[in-house]
Amino acid sequence: MAKKPVTFTLNGTERAAFADPGQNLLDLLRRGVGDLTPKYGCAQGGCGACTVLIDGAPHLSCLVLGETVEGRAVETAAGLSGAALHPLQEAFMVHFAAQCGYCTPGMLMAAKALLDQTPKPTREEVEEAISGNLCRCTGYEPIIAAILSVANGSVRA
Amino acid sequence: MSDGMIEFRKEFFADERDDTLNEIGKPTRRQDILGHVTGRSPFYDDHLFQGLLHMRCARSPHHAARIRRIDTSEAERTPGVVRVLIGRDVPLNLNTLLSLLDFGIDDEPVLATDRVRYRGEPVAAVVADSEATARAAAAKVRVEWEVLPHVLDVEEAIRPGAPVVLDIYPGNRFIYHGKYDHQKLRYGDVEAALRAADHVVEGRYQMSPIEQAPIETCGAIAAPETNDRFVCYSSTQALFFSLATSSKLLRLPSSRLHFIGGTVGGGFGGKVDSIHEPLAILGAMLTGRPCKYMWDREEEMQVGAPRGAERWYISDGVMRDGRIVARKFVGYFDSGAYTRLSSYAIIKAVGHLPGPYTIPNVSADVSCVYTNRTPATAMRGFGITGVDFAIEAHMDKVAEVVGMNPIDFRILNAYRDGDMKAHRRSAKNCALIECCQVVAEKAGVQLSNAARTASSRQGGGGDRGRLPAHTALDQSGRVEGFDTGSYARKAGQRPATQHQVPAPVAARASPATQAASVQSRPRVEETRVAPSASQTTQQPAPPQQHPAPPSAPPRSGPIRFSSLSGFRRR
Amino acid sequence: MTLHRGRGFAAINYPIGMNLGGDPSQALVHSNPDGKFTVTLSSIDLGQGMKSVTRQIAAETLGIPVEDVYVDTADSDTGPHCMGSFASRGTHRVGNAVIQAAQEARAVMLDAAAEELEVDPADLVTDGQGNIHVRGAPSRSITTMAACQAAQFRQGKTVSGRGIFLIPLSEVDPDTGEMTPVSCFAHAAMIVEVEVDDETGEVSVTDMKSAYEVGRALNPKLVEQQLRGGAWMGMSHAAWETTEPYYPDRAHGPVDFSGYLMPGPGDLAPHHISILERPAPDGPFGGKGPGEMCANPVLPAVVNAIYDAVGVRIDDLPVTPEKVLRGLRAQGGAKPRRRL
Repeated sequence: MAKKPVTFTLNGTERAAFADPGQNLLDLLRRGVGDLTPKYGCAQGGCGACTVLIDGAPHLSCLVLGETVEGRAVETAAGLSGAALHPLQEAFMVHFAAQCGYCTPGMLMAAKALLDQTPKPTREEVEEAISGNLCRCTGYEPIIAAILSVANGSVRA
Repeated sequence: MSDGMIEFRKEFFADERDDTLNEIGKPTRRQDILGHVTGRSPFYDDHLFQGLLHMRCARSPHHAARIRRIDTSEAERTPGVVRVLIGRDVPLNLNTLLSLLDFGIDDEPVLATDRVRYRGEPVAAVVADSEATARAAAAKVRVEWEVLPHVLDVEEAIRPGAPVVLDIYPGNRFIYHGKYDHQKLRYGDVEAALRAADHVVEGRYQMSPIEQAPIETCGAIAAPETNDRFVCYSSTQALFFSLATSSKLLRLPSSRLHFIGGTVGGGFGGKVDSIHEPLAILGAMLTGRPCKYMWDREEEMQVGAPRGAERWYISDGVMRDGRIVARKFVGYFDSGAYTRLSSYAIIKAVGHLPGPYTIPNVSADVSCVYTNRTPATAMRGFGITGVDFAIEAHMDKVAEVVGMNPIDFRILNAYRDGDMKAHRRSAKNCALIECCQVVAEKAGVQLSNAARTASSRQGGGGDRGRLPAHTALDQSGRVEGFDTGSYARKAGQRPATQHQVPAPVAARASPATQAASVQSRPRVEETRVAPSASQTTQQPAPPQQHPAPPSAPPRSGPIRFSSLSGFRRR
Repeated sequence: MTLHRGRGFAAINYPIGMNLGGDPSQALVHSNPDGKFTVTLSSIDLGQGMKSVTRQIAAETLGIPVEDVYVDTADSDTGPHCMGSFASRGTHRVGNAVIQAAQEARAVMLDAAAEELEVDPADLVTDGQGNIHVRGAPSRSITTMAACQAAQFRQGKTVSGRGIFLIPLSEVDPDTGEMTPVSCFAHAAMIVEVEVDDETGEVSVTDMKSAYEVGRALNPKLVEQQLRGGAWMGMSHAAWETTEPYYPDRAHGPVDFSGYLMPGPGDLAPHHISILERPAPDGPFGGKGPGEMCANPVLPAVVNAIYDAVGVRIDDLPVTPEKVLRGLRAQGGAKPRRRL
């Protein structure tokens, strides 16, 4: 079957790639355009390590067909920081919210999607927002604390 | 929120610390944190290669079966498939992880050739130009099975007549020191003390199998590197363990291997087994292209080795005043179909018994039992977590029997500096009592005066520090025919039939008797078995057919992490 | 339906490292031309913080700021042998190897400084800020950068060091189990509070209060990471996880995270941690290894708390609603004990 050309913006920059039939967005991002920040954890939609934003909403890139992002805006952890870090990144550093770091890019994107929509979330809203993102190391508390610290303004970039 | 949820109780043991250091004791940020929050930390799968090949394994659907025939032709004809590997492609297709430390007998093939011993055991590895193709082709590997009886429960496995999992261990138990089918702990006279105790409390505890579940699945990418070497990016928890295991199985000197890792997406014990590195490198060797072998999540959960199940029986003899005078353990580690690391976990467990308590009479019989399930391996607290569950659940029952507050009861029996432990070493640097006191204080539990004023640094030693006057010994579980020296010496000495007890050492002495240390090494000096050779390497020919070993130890050979005999002092 | 509350207690100790084959690890340390140091290892950072704790240990030993040290690990072409990251051995074994290597490098650095300052190296101390000075005379000083430059470009010395940690090989007696199993022990105690629903059999952990003795806490935040995450894992082992729910039957084994359960961010229990520090005599600056033992007290404390709440003993892990309900049925309903 033929590869399909896909054009989309990735972190604000226009990118083009050829998607294999059935290729998921995770693989397209990693192998097709070389953005290695979304991680493979299960390809079952169960762990959230591959979380990216599509048109601002969080998606599990392992469950999205690569060819369906034609014309859409994709954001990954690679786009979070330029010269300065995103406040969430700073907060994760301050709160020791990462150990192995493997779930971190996906966790950051889920948190960003929340704060973009709900700048002052409650703890329950934070829990809900990251409930699809598994972390095996931290026990979640430092992650929740980091996200809340951005919301209440105690950590800035 | 963690502020206020944690406190450092610096007043304890303050006289044993110098708290004025420059860097030690500071909450310095992690060196790797910037990489983590920017997504730039390089995990093994974050290395891209042109022309990367993907490997997937065909696996046994049976708990136990004989392999009559493996037909890879349909898989090989699948467009995109570059190579299908089977057992005979592996230069040395038999290993046990701790052979690097001269502990245990080689028992596990990389790819099964004649028999499978657990559901999910790999029999062939398909190398293809995409993951999807490799997966589809692996499903086309045809195997003619002869299903065999299997055994899944540890106590069924050790009954006479149970299906034998590994021929080298006819009783389905690992052999310790060439002498017993379990590891013993004998300290004092437990049976006499149980008879003299006011109460005897018995319990049975079952620790479940647990998946390490790192978010990054286990795997490796290998590629031909310049100058006839192979680079291997790996998720391993033990770089040289994986390198040395690959070196042994592939008969490649370590100088031809370049391992890179160290940034790992969680391990928890599940990334020690060195399953992926040898196969990924072999794929690269046989195709000349980069090759990735990575578990998917289902394999991680059902094929990847879990923390094995453990079953423990505990009998405590306790006096009315709460003093435990005897504790007896019978333990079974479910090793699954192969040894991996369970044999050693038991050593660690036995050295840990009877837990953090001073008990004058302790015994344990702990067996590493083979069953037809996924082999077990390390996990966070390996060898300890399961028995600590048993001990502490049991302590709660015993406390109730003597009518004591559970914390008072722990403190009464806690070990203190100077006490003799059951493994016959003096306790030092103890702090159990203080931990108990702090928790009681935080939870508002009223302790007895004795418990509140107790200290790990006082009241130990003296009579509590002496070895028992008499220790009851026995020969239960004695076996014959296993070498008492280096276990690895038995490698390849597999009996011809499954019920035959391995021949005694004397009966299978090599003609080149002068070189025991040489014989203890897997036979790398032999002719190299070409990957395409038709003869399987799983059952090496008898020693008589081998060229006589050189009279001096060879200057090259498989890597060992021991000078000669890793566990023994000479 | 009634919710029953109960509290359970457990206490443990934990052996650090292993005795197999002497449990060795090695380290190399060397200075760049400008006095910044690289520690070269083959040890693995799984998230536990190997790179970070060895960096602090190296900086402390060398007597320089932590920013002046970078830990490069796990390239087999450059890093010397390490047994691996397991058995809570990393901080203790690798830390000791790093100290030995850093001491050797430090001695060269101080020799070089002594030659430049024309003093006896035994009279020199480091201030941890990048300076070396004569003890009691801070004005007679040289920067670590200048000392390392002098060593490498005037005196012809490599500012480098090698370290290894190897415990004496210990035989295990087949008949008595006599052995030297490990070199030091960490400790913990914990009270867990649970809520048991006697209609559904569901158990929730509602609070954890712990005390962990970890030797010296080499980095208190890294220690907290281990304890908090590890206790979460212990809670998960107690009441959520298993690959074989009907062990020894192999049926119903989970194949994804919908079947393999772990507590999520909404299932957490507040965990109040107290840390005690009794330095290990043979540990690096007294450090032990908090990585594994942190989970261990939670498992028994949870089952003991369930007994306290409803009088049902769960001796087979994991605790499931089914097991709780069967236990309740067998004894004719909840029988709260309230012993704690």
